[in-house]
Amino acid sequence: MLSMFRNPAIAIPGAVSLFMVCIALFAPVLAPFDPLAGSLEARLLPPAWEANGDMAHLLGTDRMGRDVLSRLIHGAQISLSVVALALLIAGSIGSALGIVAGYVGGLTEALLMRLVDLALSLPIILIALLFGVVFGPDFGNIVIIISLVLWSQFARMARSETLKIKNSEFIDLARTAGLHPIAIMVRHIVPNVAGPLIVLATLQVGTVIIIEASLSFLGVGVPPPTPAWGSMIAEGRSYIVSEPWLCIIPGLAILITVLAVNMLGDALAETLNPELARRPGGH
Amino acid sequence: MLSFISKRFGEMAVALLLMSVVVFLLGRMTGDPVALLLSDYSTPQDRARVEQELGLDRPLVEQYGAFIVNVLKGELGNSIMGDQSPAADLILERFPASLQLAGVALLISFLIGVPLGVVAATHRGKTLDVAARLVALIGQSVPIFWLGIMLMYFFSVRLHLLPTSGYGTAAHFVLPAATMSLFTIAAVTRLVRASMVDILNAEYIKLARIKGLSESVVIWKHALRNSLIPVLTFMGSFFANMITGAVVIETVFAWPGIGRLAYEAILNRDFPVIQAVVLFMTALFIGANLVVDLLYAWVDPRIRYGRR
Repeated sequence: MLSMFRNPAIAIPGAVSLFMVCIALFAPVLAPFDPLAGSLEARLLPPAWEANGDMAHLLGTDRMGRDVLSRLIHGAQISLSVVALALLIAGSIGSALGIVAGYVGGLTEALLMRLVDLALSLPIILIALLFGVVFGPDFGNIVIIISLVLWSQFARMARSETLKIKNSEFIDLARTAGLHPIAIMVRHIVPNVAGPLIVLATLQVGTVIIIEASLSFLGVGVPPPTPAWGSMIAEGRSYIVSEPWLCIIPGLAILITVLAVNMLGDALAETLNPELARRPGGH
Repeated sequence: MLSFISKRFGEMAVALLLMSVVVFLLGRMTGDPVALLLSDYSTPQDRARVEQELGLDRPLVEQYGAFIVNVLKGELGNSIMGDQSPAADLILERFPASLQLAGVALLISFLIGVPLGVVAATHRGKTLDVAARLVALIGQSVPIFWLGIMLMYFFSVRLHLLPTSGYGTAAHFVLPAATMSLFTIAAVTRLVRASMVDILNAEYIKLARIKGLSESVVIWKHALRNSLIPVLTFMGSFFANMITGAVVIETVFAWPGIGRLAYEAILNRDFPVIQAVVLFMTALFIGANLVVDLLYAWVDPRIRYGRR
């Protein structure tokens, strides 16, 4: 298992992802300024490497004089919290339903899998837009909406993985020993299907970050003045001619993070579960 | 085949019905429509009368029935903005521009993605393969709305080569279509590469080679034809990406399509229009998936009998 980390295809994107997680975790300590506090004197300062840049504001300031670096760091926290919560909710609910469907079979399985097909056939981003307009932009809503998008993929995979091991000897043994079906699922099936589900979760991280950024960009995501990467790009868009860095910097943050997790997910999938590596992805 | 078609039509109907229930229920939660129509001096009797006129005093199921009947008649409500034009008219007015953009983007994706995938598969591990995989990876990792802004910044603001935004000439198509197709190019490349690699090891390809056919005929005629089948299955999800992508891309480039209509409606909290656009896009989305499934079943008979 440890030798995996000597593979540069895993180690490099792994290190970048870990770096981003650390930034998100320690955002309040790392950020040099309050991300919400503006200053009228320090409006629209260019980054430090430009001619009239200020060393205090390494990545410059936005139209309200707020420090871009600090907003970026806090933005990482927003983005990764949405990722963690959405994957936790979608992953656990989806996997639980998939395992039950696979193990119990019969009508339960037929109904649950129909629901999965149905969920996969709806354009959930559009539902997210409706939700955003009806309930207003809100952190909790974003998490719920993104979980609604993702659970079905976990359910589908958990079911097929459960079917693979359902009839193996150790499950039969547990059954003849009189173990309750719930106990069998929790103690014997979950540990054996967790691997591929974790790889699937890694492959979904990038998708979640991009969905959240897109919704925030459209104004139905995390509400301002919270520094979400997507809304930073939306705010910077009006200054693209004179202050292009306001748009470039948060976009680069998204690109680097998503690229790292996608490369990590692909490499993990290739080593642990070659079947997964074949999907073309989507967001 | 007939039972397969009827089954898929049934599933499509259920999906559309479910979506209409979601849209209807969300519509009922957008606040009190009666309050908007009453003045401060209205009595409870006025309120009851307005509720009765709007049918809001009837059971929810009955209200939903009336909603569906209206939707089927093409009456999707009126915009709350401007001259309160019917939402259906707004959609029909804007739809051609969206269709043109998505069509051009889809064409570009195939013209670039297919050859790129073939070259990557036949030169496995070489520079071109690595480059193609890198482009594919970046294409899947970049937020498209940001890519659009960056392309606009470099090609329009800095280099003055193309118009920043708007609609009209062929030059206006370049940036939005390029932005919209990047993800699909990446996906097509990966799909073609993967299936090409498998197919090049197949018996019939070996036979074609033994027969003495030239390598280019083997690859571009025999192998390519079969490696396009998986691309076909993903047409539905490509189209879906373009529909959802249209909202952000049309917003960035001020493209007068239904995506931008949706964004404007979001800004104005114009619920009837959002509701109409979402219903319309969902029908498109589900319809496209259905067409692709039927095509796929027609091309590959195993699907008709095997799956499900």
